[in-house]
Formats: sequence, structure tokens, C-alpha cells
Amino acid sequence: MTDIQVEAGSEISEKDLFDASAGIDLEKLRAQNRLRKFLDTSARRIISLGGIGVIVTLLLLFVFLLSEVVPLFQPATIDYVGEFELIENSAGETLHLAMEEQAEVGFRLTDDGAASFFEVPGGVLISREDLPVAQNTFITSFASAEADSNVLAFGFDSGSVLVFAHEYRIGFIGEDNVRTITPFLTYPLGNEPIDLAQGDAVTKLAVSSENDAIVVAALDGANRLHVLRADRERNLISSFDPDASSDYELRQVSIQEPLNNVQELLIDGDLRRVIVLLNSGQMRVYDIARLFTGNESSADFEFAQPDLDITQVELLLGGMSLLISSADGTVYQYFFTDQSIASPPVLARSFTVTDSPVVALTAEQREKNFIGVDQQGFLRAFNTTANRETFSARVARQAPVAIAAAPRGNALLVETESGQFSFWQIDNPHPDVSWAALWNEVWYEGYAEPDYVWQSSATDNAFEPKYSLVPLTFGTLKAAFYAMLLAAPLAVCGAIYTGYFMAPAMRRKVKPVVELMEALPTVVLGFLAGLWLAPFVENNLLGVFAVLIILPMSILLASLVWYVLPKRIRHTVPDGWEAALLVPVVLFFGWLSFLVAAPLEALFFAGDLRTWLSSDLGITYDQRNAMVVGFAMGFAVIPTVFSIAEDAIFTVPRHLPYGSLALGATPWQSLYYVVLPTASPGIFSALMIGLGRAVGETMIVLMATGNTPIIDINIFEGMRTLAANIAVEIPESEVNSTHYRILFLAALVLFVFTFLINTVAEVVRQRLRGRYSVL
Amino acid sequence: MKMSRIRKWATTGTPFIWVNAGAVAISLIMVVGLLVVLAVNGMSHFWPTDVMRGTYTPPNIGTNNSTTEFFGELVQSEEVSTEQLRDTGFELTDTDTTYQRQLIKFGNRDLIGSDFGWVVTEFVTDVDYPAEMSVLERRSWGNFYGFLDSVLERGNEVVSRQAGTDDTLWQEFHDRLLRVDALYQDIDQLERREIAQVNYQVERLRLQQRRLEIDGRDTAQALASIARERDALELQFIEHQAALNTLYNQVNRDSAVFIAANEQSVEIPLGEIVRAYRPNQLGFAGKLTVYFSRLSEFLSSEPREANTEGGIFPAIFGTVVMVLLMSIFVTPFGVVAAIYLREYAKQGLATRMIRIAVNNLAGVPSIVYGVFGLGFFIYIVGGEIDRTFYAEALPAPTFGTPGLLWASLTLALLTVPVVIVATEEGLARIPRSLREGSLALGATKFETIVKVIFPIASPAMMTGLILAIARAAGEVAPLMLVGVVKLAPALPVNGIYPYIHLDQKFMHLGYHIYDVGFQSPNVDAARPLVFATALLLVVVIALLNVSAAALRNRLREKYKALDV
Repeated sequence: MTDIQVEAGSEISEKDLFDASAGIDLEKLRAQNRLRKFLDTSARRIISLGGIGVIVTLLLLFVFLLSEVVPLFQPATIDYVGEFELIENSAGETLHLAMEEQAEVGFRLTDDGAASFFEVPGGVLISREDLPVAQNTFITSFASAEADSNVLAFGFDSGSVLVFAHEYRIGFIGEDNVRTITPFLTYPLGNEPIDLAQGDAVTKLAVSSENDAIVVAALDGANRLHVLRADRERNLISSFDPDASSDYELRQVSIQEPLNNVQELLIDGDLRRVIVLLNSGQMRVYDIARLFTGNESSADFEFAQPDLDITQVELLLGGMSLLISSADGTVYQYFFTDQSIASPPVLARSFTVTDSPVVALTAEQREKNFIGVDQQGFLRAFNTTANRETFSARVARQAPVAIAAAPRGNALLVETESGQFSFWQIDNPHPDVSWAALWNEVWYEGYAEPDYVWQSSATDNAFEPKYSLVPLTFGTLKAAFYAMLLAAPLAVCGAIYTGYFMAPAMRRKVKPVVELMEALPTVVLGFLAGLWLAPFVENNLLGVFAVLIILPMSILLASLVWYVLPKRIRHTVPDGWEAALLVPVVLFFGWLSFLVAAPLEALFFAGDLRTWLSSDLGITYDQRNAMVVGFAMGFAVIPTVFSIAEDAIFTVPRHLPYGSLALGATPWQSLYYVVLPTASPGIFSALMIGLGRAVGETMIVLMATGNTPIIDINIFEGMRTLAANIAVEIPESEVNSTHYRILFLAALVLFVFTFLINTVAEVVRQRLRGRYSVL
Repeated sequence: MKMSRIRKWATTGTPFIWVNAGAVAISLIMVVGLLVVLAVNGMSHFWPTDVMRGTYTPPNIGTNNSTTEFFGELVQSEEVSTEQLRDTGFELTDTDTTYQRQLIKFGNRDLIGSDFGWVVTEFVTDVDYPAEMSVLERRSWGNFYGFLDSVLERGNEVVSRQAGTDDTLWQEFHDRLLRVDALYQDIDQLERREIAQVNYQVERLRLQQRRLEIDGRDTAQALASIARERDALELQFIEHQAALNTLYNQVNRDSAVFIAANEQSVEIPLGEIVRAYRPNQLGFAGKLTVYFSRLSEFLSSEPREANTEGGIFPAIFGTVVMVLLMSIFVTPFGVVAAIYLREYAKQGLATRMIRIAVNNLAGVPSIVYGVFGLGFFIYIVGGEIDRTFYAEALPAPTFGTPGLLWASLTLALLTVPVVIVATEEGLARIPRSLREGSLALGATKFETIVKVIFPIASPAMMTGLILAIARAAGEVAPLMLVGVVKLAPALPVNGIYPYIHLDQKFMHLGYHIYDVGFQSPNVDAARPLVFATALLLVVVIALLNVSAAALRNRLREKYKALDV
């Protein structure tokens, strides 16, 4: 007991203490008090620190999501690194300029048939190779394949063509594993030129390669088109060893009818079409496969711009899109939307590079980006998917002759008239994303029209990722809508009854059931929806609809029957127990609905409503559809809405309805005119919070739908929601890639949306509480 | 009935009241119905069903009317229209009738390709339930149905149906099965403990050596010592391997020949068999024994056959460990934050806003927390930990990959608002007079909190914690990103140093439901197991919630006494 006295004694004078129990050590007491004070202040500090820490951590959630998303929208940068001249330069004019993967080695091909590899940005020559050009023959034309292939071709005045490629071998030498890059040339079709134009000089040339095939198209002096197709002969050795020299099977075909006014020859990336651009504003397309089967098939198309003055043509990554630059500095993107040769190219977009002619145009190797530069050295880079400029700079004072982008898109090499090279560093990690591309219709390559598409999984480098958040957002709202369609009436009506009419004894039993309902794990609901409810609904579709109609009617009927029953019977059940009375009624009529559904189905819908829907109305029916999600998610949302709404109604001060009842209103009138208006903000906030829950729910949607990202309001089709999409895709997405950040954006959207909804709901509730306390 | 009566009924608003009452009735039926569906499907999974024998002669188009014998358990039956049957290739002459068809679990997947199949009842003849029909649960290929024909030892017949009576045959088979069971326990011990231990130590040595190399301390002496240890371990490993081989050899001694449907005779090694019984001759008590044996296997053993058979013990264990770890994180932080907000922070607009924000964070979709956990905890924090402390294991990540620690932390973050809100509510309910009384007696604020407030608010904290646990136990979406896997070979807590493996991935009940129900190749076979798992999860969560509610009520009663 003395302990307590001592502890509580800080305010008691020391004299009193002496009187109470002599012999207390004052010094000890002071020390103890100091300790207590110390404990108190340090506890205050620690708790404050901990408390603030927890709150800050929670805020960190938002900050972190934002910090992962922000880089998506940061502009790309281009920085000057240095300028150099090539040492031991070839005298010819540059035909082609390129860089290797690491952007450490440059490659320059000149019109005298010399290929030189040099260090970037130093300019020191690494190696130089002269292409095997026969004596007394001259290079008359040159072609390069689409961006992610390094295959090039020369055409000679002798009518032959030479296909070659620049390649790099990476090795590690020494103890320190120093990386060395050895550049070299390869000749996939052999280093002997192949006679294609039958002795006539090759004036125009195109080349394209894909997997195991190379196609070369050449125009001779008499304007006849010759096409060479080389297919690698599949044998075990070559398919296992990429370095093994492999044999190609060569086939040639010529078109006798001359083509006049040819501006440019191109072959698309799929080796499907030879595209001949005529300077009369037209385009002729040949079907390569059919050329070689002997039934020549071609089609002529006009350009959308009748007076298109073509200055440069490039194929975008993947070789599906043509980038055609006109004399006014605009680049047009055309692509074919169909495999059929007769389908015309569509003009998807146009980009204004400058207002003067583009002198050099290059497409990047990993993204659907292209870079154009004009006479004055003004450069602009665009991404075609996002339809936006990514960066721009003035890269040269003199007229540039060639530009090359590094395969990773992180460096740029520019050569000017005077033989000066400048080297630039580019930081352009997320070119294919813009706010508009995420939320507006985008005309993707090969699509017939602009569309909202979510398709993130890449099959190869040339894949155009389709990051439209619209289908996912639509799916989210669709799922939430159908869930609320079920949950809102059931929960609000239930809350009204429970909060106002229900007998207290029953209410005490109902509330725990609802709480249990709220605690049910959504994975269980999703599992039941997907594996039990979905097949059940599929087999008893009409029964489900019958329940929706028959149940409300049966409840009304029960009410009427009860009303006209003799008082003797009615008084056996006290007021506020109607819900209990209705349980057997609902069960019986629910069972009856399914019972009558089968003969009805046989009578009206040929025995099966589902087949009838798809055959007679053309409505697709997925087993796991929005209706199943609506049921399952509605189930998950009901308790949330119910609890809050019930709370709002129950806490309406009782003297309000009592007053109204005393004035002669019926219980329903008192509820409708007095209680509900008072509680309506609470009910509103309950619905808001329910909506927030439905929007963010993951497992139910994941399990109860097919997760196809489509935009269709049809109740019998599935959807993919933002949340389910994150759960499906984020484990596989590469850290800090565009895809990864877009999934973070989806999470951020969910976060902000639910947070705002909940905040509004919470503020409304707090105000309501304030109002009640006044009442 | 008079019209005026009906009009009066309509004008009083009675119908509206009844419609509202109907909403309550429907909601109640939905909850109870769901629980009943779960309970019926989940509990019946373990009950041994009688196995029928029948002859099936479907009038199929194209083929001659083939007659096959089948054994199997009836799973469900339903009505189908003649139309539908015709579509699936039945040659039916009569027009507008419906047929009954039955889903039968044929088992014997290794013989006939699929476990389940539909038969049209009309064409099934000679149905009986032979008493000698035995059911074998196997380690692979699912159930087997057939008649025991003979027992072999190293390929030589010991007893056969011809030689002995049926009972002696079964007895012999059963005795030998018990022997194999005992052997399997030894194998299990050896594989999961001894050999795992050796493997773990070998891996530790490898990391140790790598560490030395990184630090530049890889002297010949150190390396030699490691090599010596490794040699010793390898020796141990070889010993264990030899012991294991002997055990397996012993297991493989016995086999039994069974006659499956259509007189097909199959030799099954006893080592393949997990459980064997003859349901058709079991009485209620016998079936109950099988029921509980299967139930206990479900609760206490490892999954088999891509999780579709066997037990879910690792999932239960993983869930419990994860939830416990989460509680350790969430309780102190949640309580401290609540005490700060209620007792220390200056009450004003800022605290009000923080309170709303914390409250709303409980409503933020759980997947968002999962994304945060993946991006922040795993890739940033985990990656940093790996670079600093586990450089020797790189490029294989230790903490830079989903695992137990990150899963518990993510869920702690997810549930901390629940604890804060519940604790705050408890603190707010404590009458001012108590605080003031304590302060007036000279106690410091800290002493007041520890000695007066804390004990009274502790039930509220417990409520918060239980609600948090209930939420965490049922949450799956974020876990899919931060550490749960479909099959984790080792438990996150075991006898190998450091005993709790925070970096390990683990199994989880909720994810198990998702995975087995939706990702497994044989959903029909897995469905009953998923129902059982779902039932277990619901029961656990319901219990947690009921106890939270009970605690809360006790708390309220307590305050009523104080609130004078």
C-alpha cells in the first residue's frame, strides 16, 4: 500500500508525507518522480512517433502508387553527348546508318560498297569490309528491311542482287570479363550476287525477312518487277544451331508488264505484299504467295492525298505500317486492315514533323516510334500508337544525310552533309502511353477502325501493345452496376424494415446473420458463383427470371392474405415478425418458380431458353456472365449497404415518427414522410460505400466471369474489371515496364475512386450524426 | 373478399412494409442457403458412397450398340431433353420425352482416361452393389474401383480369390497395406527431415563460399574447410539415399491384383494405395470410421495429385502462420496509432480528416494493397535487403520475391485501419471521469493510459484484432501478388534453422480454393474438396467473428456499468 501512496504523492507536500510515514527517502522519491516524468514524456514521444508513423505509412500507399505512375507521363528527353568525325572514312555517300544493341558500335554503309564499323561516340574505326562486288559492276540500288531486322540488299547494274546483314557477336575476355563486341557481315543467301533482273540494271530494290524467309523485289531498267523468295530449308542442324550455314531454297518470278513511274518498292513485314508506290499518287500491291503459285494477283489504290509528293518511305516496326513523308514535312501512316490483297490501305494518322521536307526518316526497333529530320536539322520523334510527339531537338546545323536510332531506343546518331556525326542520348521509357491513348479510341495496326482494346501480352518485339483502360473501366462499372441492381433494393428495403418495423427480438437475431454475411470471404462467394451458381443459372435460366417476377408478387399476395385473415390468427404473430412469416412463403414460391419454369420453357422457348436466346435473338450466352457476378457480388455488397443504412434509419430519433403517428399517419406514412427523408443521407452514403466495395472486388469477378476485356452491356456476357486485371497480369509484368506502370495506374484509379466515394459517404454520415444529435 | 378491403390494404402502406420484410426474408434465405450448400457439399465429401456395378448399352450413332460394364459412384442425376441427347450422338426414336441421366464417378483414370462420365439411366441395366466391391484411394490416378483378386509378394501369389475365402484375402491385403503405411512413415521422416536437412546445409555451404568470394576472404584454408564439410554432407546424403532405396524396395514388395470393369485385371503395388475399403458392405459405423479417417486426412496431410486429392494441412498451416505474423505486426502499430489519435493528438480538423482517411482506407480495394506490397515491399525494400544482406545468393532473390514476410506485412497494412477504428471506438467509449479521476490522483498521462485506459479498452482492441484476423484470413487477392503459391513443398515453420522462414512462399486456404477450383485440370474431381476447404474457411472466419461479437457485447455491458 505504501507504494501507491508514494506513486500518487507528487502533489502532496513533503511535510504531509513526513507526517504520514516518517522515514521516506525524499531523494528516492524525487528520483522516482523524475523517472515517471521521463517515462511519460518518452511515451508521449514514442506513441506520437508511432502513431504518426502508421498514418504516414498509410499515406505512403498513395504517394507510392503515384510515384510509380508519374514516369508514364514524363516527357522523353534527348541530350547531346558529342560530335565526331569518322577516322579512315569511306569516301562514298552514306546509304545506311545503324547502331548495335548496346549503342557502342556504329555501322555505316556507303554507295561504293564499303561497310565500316566504328566506335560510338569515339569515331574510331573498328573494321571495314568491302562487299563482294564483281569487277566492272556498279551498285545501282539499295534497300533495307524493316526496323527490327538488320538485313540489307544491293542491286547491281548487272541485274544481280546481294543480300547481306550486319551482325555483332558479344564475347567476354580476360579475368575481368571485359565485354567485347565484334561486328561482322553475313550473307544469308551466299556472298555471290544472285541474278534477278536477268541482266538489266536494278533500279529499285526492296528486301524483307521474317524468321526463315527472305524476299527481294527488284525493278529493272525496263520497269519490270522481279521477285525473289528464299526459304530456309528446315533441317535438324540448322534449326538447333543458328550459326550453322544453312541452305535456302530460292524461287524467282517476274512480271512482264512494265510498271511506270515507280517511286519506291516495299515488302511488308509478313512477306505478304510487294507494295509499289507510284509517283502519280497511287499504290499497286502484289500478293507474294500468289505470285509464286502462278496466279498473279494485284490491286491498285489511290492515296487519300491526291497530290502526295513522297520524299521518304519507311516501314514501321513490324513492317505493317507504311510511313510516307510528303514534301510539306508531314508523315502519313498507312496500313492494311485485312489479309486480302483487295483490301485498301487506310490512312490511320498523320504527323507533322516540320514544315519543310523530311530528309531522313527512321523507325525504331523496339517501339512503334519513328524519327524524322528536316533540312535544317530539326528533329521530331513520334509514337504512332499514342499518336504523340515524344521528343524534339535541333540535332544539326547543316543538312543531315542519315540518322540511326539505337535498337533500345536510347541513343541517336546523326550524320550531316559535311561528314560530321553527332551522338545523342535519349530517355524515352514509355513512348506508347498518353492520357489520350489510355482513354480514347486508338486505331491499332491492322484494325478496321479505331477501337478500345486491352491486349497487353506481347507475342514478339513487333507487337503493338494495346493499353486502353476503357474496356476494363467499363467492365468494372458493369459488374458494379449489376451487383448494385441486386444489392441496392434488397439491402435498402431490408434495412428499412429492420431499422424501423422489425421487432427488437428478431432484430437481435437478424443483425448477427448480416454480420456473418459480411464476413464471408469473397473467394468462397466467387467459388460458389463460378462452380455452383453459374451452371445452376445456365440450366435454370427461365427459373431465375421467374423467381425475379414471382417472388415480389408472392410477397404481396402473402401480405394480402394475411390482411384478410381473421384477427384471431393475425394476433398470434406480433407486429414486426412479418419477415419471419415470409421465409416459408419465399421458399415455397422460389421452389415453385423453378418448378413451373421447365414446362414454360418447353412451351415457349423450345425447351431451352439459352439456345433460344442465342438462335432466335442472337444474344451470346457465357456460362460465367454478368448476371452471375451480379448475384455473387450483390451478395457481398448487401451486408455493407444494409448495416450502414440500417444504422442510419435506426438512429433516427424516435420522437419524430411518434409525432407523426400521433397525428394519425399510418406507420408506412411516418416512415415515408418522416423517417426516410431524415435518414436519406445515411442511405445514400451506404449505397456509395457499397458501390466502392463492388468496384474494388477482385476474387468474385476473377472467378465468376471469363475475364474477357470486352465492351458489351449484355447481362449474359462476362467482363474484365480493373481489379481482376491487376490480379491476373501484374505477377507476370516486368518491373518498371510500361505495362507494370499502367497496372499501377489502374490500382491508383481504383484507390482514388473508392477513397473519394468513401470520403463523400463518410462526410455525409458525420453530418447526419451531427443533425441527429441536435434533434 | 370486398374490394374496399383490398383498397384499404393498399392505402395503409401494408404492401410496402411486406415488400421490405420480404427483402429481409430473401437476404436471410440467401445467407442460410449459402451456408447449407457449403455444408452439404463440403461435409458429404468424406462420406463413402456405395459403388454400383452396371451394364450400359447406349444407342449411339455410327457405332454398333456396344455394351460395357461399369463400376462407379453416383454423383448426381438430372433431366435432359431428347434434343440435347441427340446432339451428343444418341440415336433416339421417341420424340418429346425427357431422359434422366446420371453423372458417375468411374475412377480408374489410368484405364479409361477420365474419372467422370454421364450415363442415361434408361440404358443402364443389371445395376447391383456387390459386397466385395473395393475402393482404393491411390497416390496417383485417382480412385480405383474393382474386385480384389489376389495378393502378390514380389510377383508371386500369396492368396487369391480361388484359393482362400474372400475375407482371408481381404485380411491379408489389409495387413500388408498397414505394413506399407508404416514404411511410408519412415520414408516421410527420411525425405522430409533428414534429407531436407542435408540439402539445406549444402545450400548454406554454397552461400557461405559465395559470401567469402564476394568479401575476398576465400583463402585456400577456408575453402578447404567448406569442401570438407560438403564431403561429409555428401556422405550423409548417400547414406540416406541408400536407406531410402531400401525402404522403397520394401514398399515395392507387395502388390495386389484387382479386377476392374469389363474383366480387366490390374496389378497395383500396395505402395500406391493410400486407403482401401469396401463401402457396400460397411455398416453405418464402418462408414463413419472411413468418414473420420478421410476427414482427418483432409485436415492433417499433404495434398496429392495437383492438390485435387489428399489434405490441405499446408494451406491451413500457412494461413495460420501468416495471420499470426500479421497480428504481431498489426496489433502494436494499430493500437499505438489509435492511442495517439485519441489521447495525444490535438483534436481538431486535422485529426478529424485523418480519422476519415483511416476509416476510408478500410474501404480501399484489397488488390491495391497487394499492388503496393508487390511494388514497395518486394521490389524496393526486398530488393534492397537482398543487395545488402543476401548478395551471395543473387541473382536468386531471397527477400526480393513474394514471401511470408511481405504477405503478412501487406495484410497488416490492409487491416491496420480496422484495428485503429475498433480501438479508437473503445477509447472513445471510456468515460472522461475515469481519465480525470486517475489524473487527479496524480498519475501521469502515460500511467493513466497503461493502468486505467488500457485494461478497459483491451476488449475493444481484441475485437479489432479479431476482425482484422477474420478479414486477413479470408483475403486472397493481395496474397496472390505477395507470396501465396499453389504448392509449397516446405512449411514456413519447420525444424530446420532458423525455424521460421520469412522469405518462403506458403500455401493459403483461400488461394487453395481459387487454385483448385479454377486452375486445376480436373475440376469435377476437385470440386468436393474445394467445397470442404471453403466450408472450413467459412467456419473458421465465422468463429472468429462470433467471438469478436461476443467480446464487443461484453465490452458494452462493462461500459453500461461504468456509464453512471
